[in-house]
Amino acid sequence: MKPALSIVFFTVASGAGYGLLFWLGLLLPAGLLPMAGWFGVAGVAVALGLISAGLLSSLAHLGRPERAWRALSQWRSSWLSREGVAALATFAPAGVFFLALLAGREGVAAPAGLLAAVGAAATVYCTGMIYASLKPIRQWHHPLVVPGYLLFGAFTGAVLLALLAAAFGLGAGPALLAALLGAAGLALKRAYWASVDAGPPIATVESATGLGFIGRVRPLDPPHTETNYLLREMAFRIARVHAARLRRIVLSAGFMLPALLLVAAALFGGGGALLLTWAAALLALGGMLVERWLMFAEATHTVTLYYRGGSV
Amino acid sequence: MPDGSATDRIAYSAPIGDEVKTTTCYMCACRCGIRVHLKDGRVRYIEGNPDHPVNRGVLCGKGSAGIMTHYAPARLTAPLLRVGPRGSGEFREISWEEAMETATSWLREVRERDPRRLAFFTGRDQSQSLTGFWAAQFGTPNFAAHGGFCSVNMAAGGLYTVGGSFWEFGEPDWEHARYFMMFGVAEDHDSNPMKLGIARLKARGAKVVSVNPVRTGYSAVADEWVGIRPGTDGLFIMALIHELLREGRVDDQFLIRYTNAPWLVVQNAGGADHGLFARDDQGRPLAFDRARGAIAADAADLSPLLVGEVTLPDGRRARPVFELMAARYLDPAYAPEAVADRCGIPAHRIRRLAREMASIAFDQPVELPIPWTDVWGRRHPTMLGRPVAFHAMRGISAHSNGFHTCRALHLLQMLLGAVDTPGSWRYKSPFPRPIPPGPGPAGKGSRPNTPLSGNILAFPQGPEDLLVEPDGTPIRIDHAFSWEAPLALHGMMHSVIGNAARGDPYRIEVLFLFMANMAWNSAMNPLETIRCLTARDASGEYVIPRVIYSDAYFSETVPYADLILPDTTYLERWDCISLLDRPIGSAHGPADAIRQPVVKPDRDVRPFQEVLIELGARLGLPAFVKEDGSPRYRDYADYMVHHERAPGIGPLAGWRGADGTKHGVGEPNPDQLRRYIENGCFWRHHLAPEESYFKHANRLYLENAKAMGLLGKAEQIVLQIYSEPLQKFRLAAEGHGPIQPPDHLRARLIAYCDPLPIWYEPLEQAAQGEGLQAYPFSAVTQRPMAMYHSWGSMNAWLRQIHGANKLYLSRARAEAMGIAADDWVWVESPHGRVKAQVALMEGVQPDTVWTWNAIGKRAGAWALTPDAPEATRGFLLNHVISEWLPAQAGPRLANADPITGQAAWYDLRVRIVACAPEEAGATEPRPEPLSPPPGLPPRPSILRYNAGQPR
Amino acid sequence: MTSLPEPQPGAKKLGLVIDLDTCVGCHACATNCKEWNTSGHMAPLPDHNPYSAGAEGVWFNRVHSYEAGEGEAGRTVHFPRSCLHCEQPACVTVCPTGASYKRAEDGIVLVNTDICIGCQLCAWACPYGAREFDEDAGVMKKCTLCIDRIYNETIPEAQRVPACVATCPAQARHFGDLGDPDSAVSKLVAERGGIALMPELGYAPVNRYLPPRRRAPAPDPGPPRDPGPLPSQIKNPLLRWVDKVLSR
Ligand SMILES: Nc1nc2c(c(=O)[nH]1)N[C@H]1C(S)=C(S)[C@@H](COP(=O)(O)OP(=O)(O)OC[C@H]3O[C@@H](n4cnc5c(=O)[nH]c(N)nc54)[C@H](O)[C@@H]3O)O[C@H]1N2
Ligand SMILES: Nc1nc2c(c(=O)[nH]1)N[C@H]1C(S)=C(S)[C@@H](COP(=O)(O)OP(=O)(O)OC[C@H]3O[C@@H](n4cnc5c(=O)[nH]c(N)nc54)[C@H](O)[C@@H]3O)O[C@H]1N2
Ligand code: SF4
Ligand code: SF4
Ligand code: SF4
Ligand code: SF4
Ligand code: SF4
Ligand SMILES: [Mo]
Repeated sequence: MKPALSIVFFTVASGAGYGLLFWLGLLLPAGLLPMAGWFGVAGVAVALGLISAGLLSSLAHLGRPERAWRALSQWRSSWLSREGVAALATFAPAGVFFLALLAGREGVAAPAGLLAAVGAAATVYCTGMIYASLKPIRQWHHPLVVPGYLLFGAFTGAVLLALLAAAFGLGAGPALLAALLGAAGLALKRAYWASVDAGPPIATVESATGLGFIGRVRPLDPPHTETNYLLREMAFRIARVHAARLRRIVLSAGFMLPALLLVAAALFGGGGALLLTWAAALLALGGMLVERWLMFAEATHTVTLYYRGGSV
Repeated sequence: MPDGSATDRIAYSAPIGDEVKTTTCYMCACRCGIRVHLKDGRVRYIEGNPDHPVNRGVLCGKGSAGIMTHYAPARLTAPLLRVGPRGSGEFREISWEEAMETATSWLREVRERDPRRLAFFTGRDQSQSLTGFWAAQFGTPNFAAHGGFCSVNMAAGGLYTVGGSFWEFGEPDWEHARYFMMFGVAEDHDSNPMKLGIARLKARGAKVVSVNPVRTGYSAVADEWVGIRPGTDGLFIMALIHELLREGRVDDQFLIRYTNAPWLVVQNAGGADHGLFARDDQGRPLAFDRARGAIAADAADLSPLLVGEVTLPDGRRARPVFELMAARYLDPAYAPEAVADRCGIPAHRIRRLAREMASIAFDQPVELPIPWTDVWGRRHPTMLGRPVAFHAMRGISAHSNGFHTCRALHLLQMLLGAVDTPGSWRYKSPFPRPIPPGPGPAGKGSRPNTPLSGNILAFPQGPEDLLVEPDGTPIRIDHAFSWEAPLALHGMMHSVIGNAARGDPYRIEVLFLFMANMAWNSAMNPLETIRCLTARDASGEYVIPRVIYSDAYFSETVPYADLILPDTTYLERWDCISLLDRPIGSAHGPADAIRQPVVKPDRDVRPFQEVLIELGARLGLPAFVKEDGSPRYRDYADYMVHHERAPGIGPLAGWRGADGTKHGVGEPNPDQLRRYIENGCFWRHHLAPEESYFKHANRLYLENAKAMGLLGKAEQIVLQIYSEPLQKFRLAAEGHGPIQPPDHLRARLIAYCDPLPIWYEPLEQAAQGEGLQAYPFSAVTQRPMAMYHSWGSMNAWLRQIHGANKLYLSRARAEAMGIAADDWVWVESPHGRVKAQVALMEGVQPDTVWTWNAIGKRAGAWALTPDAPEATRGFLLNHVISEWLPAQAGPRLANADPITGQAAWYDLRVRIVACAPEEAGATEPRPEPLSPPPGLPPRPSILRYNAGQPR
Repeated sequence: MTSLPEPQPGAKKLGLVIDLDTCVGCHACATNCKEWNTSGHMAPLPDHNPYSAGAEGVWFNRVHSYEAGEGEAGRTVHFPRSCLHCEQPACVTVCPTGASYKRAEDGIVLVNTDICIGCQLCAWACPYGAREFDEDAGVMKKCTLCIDRIYNETIPEAQRVPACVATCPAQARHFGDLGDPDSAVSKLVAERGGIALMPELGYAPVNRYLPPRRRAPAPDPGPPRDPGPLPSQIKNPLLRWVDKVLSR
């Protein structure tokens, strides 16, 4: 699949934003982080900013962005619609959470925060399900895809939380949390890749054409001699060596290094910690962009069978 | 919440358009009937006319894309006069009056001095009866259409053998055939009928066999694919004949009734009569009757001797045709084992195929309960047919041995008793015709301001009909009907420009071309043709001083002409698909058709036929002016109705007579076109069941055909296994008779003018001798079903299907050479090299490479941007073909069949050489981009065609 | 409404049956479809760069060619591909706007281009590549099964079939109700073992493809029926005709 940059950015930004919102909505009411002061306000502001930027960027992918509101209608069947509904719905408690924190109304902030956390998790879940429900794409229609979206959102959110905590001098807890999630992310991503690499093809050109009973099927002539929308969109191909290198970058720069830096930050504390956390955040978000890009680039769609043969 | 189904407004019963008109498709020459729906004057939808006999409602890929051809931005918009050098594309738009006056002045001067100095050649138009008539009126013998480079081998092979032919003049009996073998057909002229027919055969469970080095299209759906080596079909067919004869599986009855098998051939080696038919004093061929001896062969109760030497009443010795034929093909040289390697078909398979067709022909004949009467007046209670049908086209035709191969195939049909019988190949009306019909071609004694009488393209019966000077020099500029190509029935368009540039046999003044892209894909070698068109003599004048060209689009040839007469599109004009020309008749009866204008031109263009008629009047050609010198015809529609070629016979056969009640022959009917339009723009006549088979010997058919003006005489047409005209040419070459060939051609004529079918190695390959081994692959082209030669590249839809072409190679061979799919290679022949991108396939004879025909375009042409894939990745195989045979002793000879002059496109042999890495990416040669002529509209970057949308 | 209609027993399932045994790959179905639809219900079907490099347009039907098997034993198969009007079309259920829908009354899968937002998710969801994005208008388009022909009362009844079916010169395309086991198309499918493409994905396509007929090894026509001596016994087969008495 061709990595659609607007969507890559959208899922990374909104994933981190929802992750951050999730942790704030959970940890502040739980009293594990302070409600009072500017920490919460700033945190929710950053989260909402990222979420909004992501959502706006996703509009760029639409052929008719001015009709985007229509996407809310089909929540009964469509994960995209559900994502939209969840995203919008989450704005309500998140907004209340933000205002309550601003106003110092902890009684309101706590339930609103909890609701926002639920909304954030639900939204990211929907996002994951959009991909996981697409059967023609083996690499997406996979049981680890939704956990991945949730975990990576939680991880990047936690990294941002750690960054804020470091900035506000609120201790090493968030950093350790983020480091832990980073390690989990690393494990999950490795497991995912191991699984998709070993997974059997979901379809072959033989089953796509029904001609397998004659023998091996090879495309002879395409319908048109130039390319087309489907091929540009679905037949994006990345060289194996390239993919392997990017995978290493994701694992090391996207998960391992940030986790190590965060542990180091937790251990050293002080001004150095802030610097280390900054580095971890940049690496984690950068790594996540690469991960999402790869998520597309490595995904194969059954439609390519008709043009290239083989199996997917 | 919005709900899809509730708000999706579907206009279920929107009328297709506001008006519908019938006419005839011209996205190719198949002549399907169409219904053109118009909306607000724009073409909304073109569909097949369900009532039309040719296509019965279906439409092919091209026909369905007619809208985009009609509205293409490559349409020429006004008459043009060249102002820059040839090829520069610098033109000045002129008025029609100036264009007509310019053409008239050029032509008038030629006609007054020497009409031969006009060479008038037309492409795949369907108005040859007009253009040929015009040329004869002008007085030049230098006229032909495209048939010489197309399929004259099939036409001549058929017309001199069975009085009809494959090409578009015959068709399998789709209703009854049980076995259908096609040779070298990728698409055919009968595009839609072929597809409809194959579908019917397959639905009925008949077996379809395709003999073709490439397995695509029809070969792909055939029940059996025989991947033959190009150029060897003759051998394969003769091996089938060998098997049938060896096993005694031939239709003796058919042979003695309908063919010249029993005719006696004089045996007098070295004599002037050797090999000619023994005839009685009335000129009738003799056969040897077991009871009565040598008698006229047409006796009803003949009981002929088929094998054995006899003595004629005058003491000469003679043998029956059958014996000569059988003795030849029973020779072990034609045994399957002997030909298997060469053809690339195992001997057991050839034997099996022979048995298979014999089994169907003789063990499963078709017998229709239709009583009929033969030429001898004998009544037959049923029609007994051999349901084995054949069809063949350019895979056989485009080889220099194609004429004989085609004859061999007709012989095979005769042996099986499978000519115009139920289930077999059938004549399409107006065929059969006498063999050969005679008289010979007009063209001798061309004089200033004087029409030629007779047909320029006709049928030589022997040396006396050839168009040669006493010393053997050709009379025609293309050398057709000369000793170089005695049966060049369709002329040799591929030689015209080369000969004209050389002044061989003389210089011409005006080259007048219509609808043929001679500077590109219909040139055997485009760059050489362009060189000829731009060559100048010592005085700086072009050696071909004036070129007039009528095209409707900005083709590659436009920039090389001096005067452009822009034509309309097929939806804007009257046309006539006439019985005098290439009608739409079928085995079910004669038929013809018209085109009517369905939209008005929005440019300053005029239908070419109308322009030609007006030029005829301006030049004062007798048939085009009245006694007072004023134009005889208002326009083409007027000509279609009122022109009479012979009393009562005109371009259209339907609704003749003052009241429209006569068919075939009758006075002109002023209301005729209206009657055609009311009937969907076609006319057809159904043959009665009784006259629908055995037409060559069916009394009722022959009498009715004569009455309708299709035949001169209602006499049996005896199928010619043994061809006497060929023997006459051979005798002349041996020194007999007053008309003698030049010495350098004697051996060639003796070798190839064999009265029985022969096979020989294609001429170019033979001439290369040992050198041939350096070129291990045969290289051929195929027509893509969704593109018509060059003229689909300006079509926004079709060019998406075929925007570039690759060279298809056998996967195994390519892998052995280290060549992978999409690699770039040089295709090299002794004549040059062309660069192409490779595609690999399984279904190709391993020693053959192929590509789609005419997809490669010259940059800039067809109103495409120079970066178009047609010009960068598309390529023409023509760049490595030559129009001449490798240099031998004597004058140069066309790379063509030695009998018919048919261009030998598919004799090409090449080698494949991998490109250096830096050479990959674009084809070569890539001549300079052409600049567009003035007047072309801008090209849209997005086309949003929607006839329903108000503009 | 992108929820699928409740499956009703005996419900109409209009669709195409494409005979791969006779399709000659002529592209008529593709161009005729384009021609009909560019001024039809989903008009227009735009073409980008129509006269230069990179020409690409919206086509509801595209014809591929394949080779199956090796060498002479293999086959070349031409293969038209268009929307299969699946019974479980995820292209519909993923649609967030309701623009994609499957009609209860005949099973046709359509896009309402008036409300489509061009998110292209349906194109991702279609395994068969049958969705065609109109990048010019920013909306998704696709085969309509010629909804504006098959019910069109201004067209003679016999011709109320999809454009691609009406035009197919090899008569390789059939249209009808695959929900009715007694319909001509259902019988054809039963007779010829019509198959669904990529059944493993569970989309349950309505359209069926009739596979190329298996070719029986060429039957041996048996020994010649000629009662005379066996061919091998005749030294000179010409002699066969020497004394043969034939008359017209
Ligand atoms: N390598 C190779 N070359 C071949 C062949 C092959 O098999 N292989 N085949 C050969 C054969 S059989 C043929 S017939 C030729 C065909 O070759 P051409 O006869 O050159 O055919 P087209 O390319 O179609 O060109 C015909 C010209 O007619 C113009 N035209 C189209 N419509 C109209 C109209 O309505 N009016 C006028 N006035 N002009 C119009 C087109 O614009 C074009 O310039 O190619 C030959 N060339
Ligand atoms: N769509 C479309 N239709 C057309 C045309 C077009 O350009 N496009 N052109 C029209 C014209 S002008 C013509 S002349 C006709 C020609 O119609 P076809 O005769 O069908 O022409 P080709 O495509 O040249 O097909 C030649 C076939 O012969 C095969 N072949 C080559 N050499 C040999 C051989 O030695 N033996 C055998 N057995 N096969 C061989 C090739 O593989 C190819 O399949 O088509 C007409 N119809
Ligand atoms: S075969 Fe196709 S292009 Fe040719 S006349 Fe018929 S419909 Fe038109
Ligand atoms: S083929 Fe594709 S577009 Fe058509 S219904 Fe099935 S899934 Fe949807
Ligand atoms: S592109 Fe249009 S039809 Fe497709 S899923 Fe999106 S809104 Fe629905
Ligand atoms: S049914 Fe209509 S829209 Fe669908 S492929 Fe056929 S012609 Fe095109
Ligand atoms: S029109 Fe018929 S034969 Fe031609 S490609 Fe389509 S299905 Fe095949
Ligand atoms: Mo031709």
